[in-house]
Amino acid sequence: MVNYIWLGMIVFGILTAAAHGQVEVVTKAALEGAANGVKVSLNLIAIIAFWLGIMRLAEAAGLVRALARLVRPLTAVLFPSVPREHPAMGAIIMNLSANILGLGNAATPMGLIAMQELQKLNRGDPKTATDAMCTFLALNTSCLTLIPSTIIGIRLMHGSADPTAIVGTTIFATACGMAVAVTVDRVMRYIYSNQGR
Amino acid sequence: MYEIISEISRWAIPLTLLLVPLAAMVRGVPVFETFVEGAGEGFATAIKTIPYLVAMLVAINIFRASGAMDVLVHTLSPYLNRLGFPAEVLPHAVMRPLSGGAALGIATDLIATHGPDSFIGRLVSTMQGSTDTTFYVLTLYFGSVGISRYRYAIVSGLAADFTTLAASVFIAHQVFR
Repeated sequence: MVNYIWLGMIVFGILTAAAHGQVEVVTKAALEGAANGVKVSLNLIAIIAFWLGIMRLAEAAGLVRALARLVRPLTAVLFPSVPREHPAMGAIIMNLSANILGLGNAATPMGLIAMQELQKLNRGDPKTATDAMCTFLALNTSCLTLIPSTIIGIRLMHGSADPTAIVGTTIFATACGMAVAVTVDRVMRYIYSNQGR
Repeated sequence: MYEIISEISRWAIPLTLLLVPLAAMVRGVPVFETFVEGAGEGFATAIKTIPYLVAMLVAINIFRASGAMDVLVHTLSPYLNRLGFPAEVLPHAVMRPLSGGAALGIATDLIATHGPDSFIGRLVSTMQGSTDTTFYVLTLYFGSVGISRYRYAIVSGLAADFTTLAASVFIAHQVFR
């Protein structure tokens, strides 16, 4: 699927640019995209190093396992393939909590740690996503944020009389998205496992 | 309510920074060494995501700069309009899963043009806040552990994005009209 989307964006993009008689923008856009990818990764080094250090301490202190134990009733339903009290569970919960609190800088490293832990449990092809990874990403990409601070800031900047008016509607919309994400994930997991994919 | 949550967000990281090393110290963990050991893996983890992000951002950038994105928006417009989606917010809706920065730019522009307290301004604020940049997150997270076969992750991500969009339009009509 990702192969088709990727190729589709490039082919459709180049054809459109050619049809508009401005095929040269493709070269510039491609190089800019590549530079951006490198920049994003390099910017991640600092926060990932920092949070990996803190997480290693939390793990050594037994806090990650304690957290995993605390939320077991919920995670046992969502992630049946992850052993109970596995550190992956603790990292997943910390990632989702950081997302909910709107702490993007902390959420990403925790999420990457969760992925590393989930990859350790991958018994199949190391290049193929596992069920638990798909569920985690479905939760992560649709995750609730209690306070969308970036957009509130922009509203305030443009002189909104009530910048937080959108908090309630945002929570409603995210909750719907999250419910669908979890449901679709379940259905797709079932379909894929029946087809042995 | 808003103030309470803001306070929790403000305190969450400093408190974590205080309590985690203290708890580790109590358990007899050599805190400095352990932190350094963990942080040492940060470089490799971040660097590993480069090829994946480069691949994805090159494709998205070509798609956007070439005008193909606008073609897609124009093609989808009549269908989405019939479902009650205002035409003004469509570019944002299509951009949101692909590029967080570009979507935020569109949202800012709409808020500046229509006013933050207009229907469009509030709708696009809701849309911006209620979902994440699905393609970026998938590329980054899977890339960090070397996974290139995403199976059905894109399907659930996009289904959630579409639901969030529809729910935003629905709730905005209920609350802000």
